[in-house]
Amino acid sequence: MNFLTLVLVNLGRNKRRTVLTLLSVTVALFLFCSLRGVLDTLAASIRVGSETRLVTRNRISLIFPLPKAYVERIRAVQGVGRVTWGNWFGGTDPVDPGNFYARFAVDAETYMPMYASDVEIIEQDTPQGTGAVPAGVDPKLAAFMEERTACIVGQSLFKRMGWKVGQTVGATGTIFPGDWTWTIRAVYHAKDPAFGEEAILFHWEYLNERGMGGQGPVGWYTLELSQPERAGEITRRVDELFENSSAQTRTETERAFQAGFVSMYGNVPFLIGVIGLAVVFAILLVAANTMMMASRERTAEFAVMKTLGFEDAALFRLVLAEAAVITLSGGIAGAILAKFTLEKTGFNAGGLLPPMTVSWATVAIGVGIAVLMGLTSGFVPAWQASRLRIVDALRRLN
Amino acid sequence: MSSIEVRNVRKVYRRDTQEVPVLDGLSLHIDSGDFVALMGPSGSGKTTLLNLIGGIDAPTSGDVVVGGTDIARLKGRELAKWRSRNIGFIFQLYNLIPVLNALQNVELPLGLHKMSGAERKRRATTALQLVGLGDRLHHFPRQLSGGQEQRVAIARAIVSDPSLLLADEPTGDLDRDSGDEVLRLLERLNREFKKTIVMVTHDPHAAERAKRVTQLDKGVLSA
Repeated sequence: MNFLTLVLVNLGRNKRRTVLTLLSVTVALFLFCSLRGVLDTLAASIRVGSETRLVTRNRISLIFPLPKAYVERIRAVQGVGRVTWGNWFGGTDPVDPGNFYARFAVDAETYMPMYASDVEIIEQDTPQGTGAVPAGVDPKLAAFMEERTACIVGQSLFKRMGWKVGQTVGATGTIFPGDWTWTIRAVYHAKDPAFGEEAILFHWEYLNERGMGGQGPVGWYTLELSQPERAGEITRRVDELFENSSAQTRTETERAFQAGFVSMYGNVPFLIGVIGLAVVFAILLVAANTMMMASRERTAEFAVMKTLGFEDAALFRLVLAEAAVITLSGGIAGAILAKFTLEKTGFNAGGLLPPMTVSWATVAIGVGIAVLMGLTSGFVPAWQASRLRIVDALRRLN
Repeated sequence: MSSIEVRNVRKVYRRDTQEVPVLDGLSLHIDSGDFVALMGPSGSGKTTLLNLIGGIDAPTSGDVVVGGTDIARLKGRELAKWRSRNIGFIFQLYNLIPVLNALQNVELPLGLHKMSGAERKRRATTALQLVGLGDRLHHFPRQLSGGQEQRVAIARAIVSDPSLLLADEPTGDLDRDSGDEVLRLLERLNREFKKTIVMVTHDPHAAERAKRVTQLDKGVLSA
């Protein structure tokens, strides 16, 4: 019988208590990792933005548009390569208004080449015309490009809704009133899961004509830099162009733009972190109390073991190892459970965020906290066991 | 072989601010291979003396020399190691570990010695066979009678082959038959295996089995 066997045998002494303690640690670490998963997801939503692309939006707020006429002036700035633009459509599902997913109107001719390396077309309709597409656009998008009311759909949304290519899908407009319909002509797969697959992309021209009377302002411009090393200077020059106009601009890297969304959550990430730690701390107290109770019940046994010749340090290690095995097992189970169950749900706040993710770093932090929890909760009983005076313990027993 | 020399030992316990003398300048010699019964009324210091000989308590003053080692000078780790090699303890309430079976209980002290798992098992099995429990190796304490539990405790005490066995009321919690069985076993260990045995007992019947009976009263030897 080796040390580990002795530890495991002792843990089996009161199976119900061991299982309940283990479960409480599992739940605590599951919650902790899940909450940190939200932070991971927010971080991933920033990561999806590129440092070599800039986003220009209205200086006041993203909800105020910019004139379409800005596009040529922005394009003329030295160091700017391609420019594309888009609008947030909003809208609700006519059948199930609670079923939220994102809809964006994009200038497909410039948008698709710019994001060609981020997405891959995995299913498409057959074009009715010649099949020709503008330069830089994936030929698989021919059917989409030739039809103004066509759309492309993210793979995850496509699967979730059980749609088919060629099917017509609709939405009730909120920002742009009326009943809108689009025909699915292609399905895209995001090469980086953080890019998200829960959105519909359709032609900006369609929105412009039907929703904005052909005078459509633009929600934001995306600028691809031909000289990324000059990003700072270009940012300044673009904003200077419109300094004296009625719609001043704010230009920043795409990553900073995404980070801006995260900052809109204010102190929520901090609050989430604090709640996660509070849960862990509460369970730490429960675990410490359990370990102390379990240890106190075995005072006589510790005395006997010392009488047999077990050293103080051996008993210290034994009690500490018992606590660590419980919390470590619970911690690993909770962290792994959080990673796989949450990622399996694919929850993405209706396309506003990338799919829910729990990073391996968070799993490692969770396991580390479990180890720390074991050492902390086991320290006092281990210390007491090691400092126990044999004579006193045996006298109490008798 | 373990002769025991207790020289002018005082033991005083402190209870709050009060000092309670338990042993008062006690001296005692026990030859190697002897079987001594320590008798006396409650509070006379029998168990305290046993604890001092076994190195689980330290005298306030005086010397306790066991097998040539002045154990009052050993500290912590040294003392634990010395106990594991030289002393076998037998308690009134057996004090077996309830979650370990008989074999594992007996094997427990061998974990402190460098030997293979197979060797530990072989020795533990031999010890249990010696106490007549070869057919109860995998029984847990709750599945054994009091007498059987005490015999497992004796097997645990002798498995490391110590030269000195210290028994504190080994029959105190047993019926007459089981008690006799345990005493016969102790006699055999003394006679055949030359173990030095010091047994604390209230029971004159048990004391009769010893080669020598020593009476304690109020911390001093009275006979």
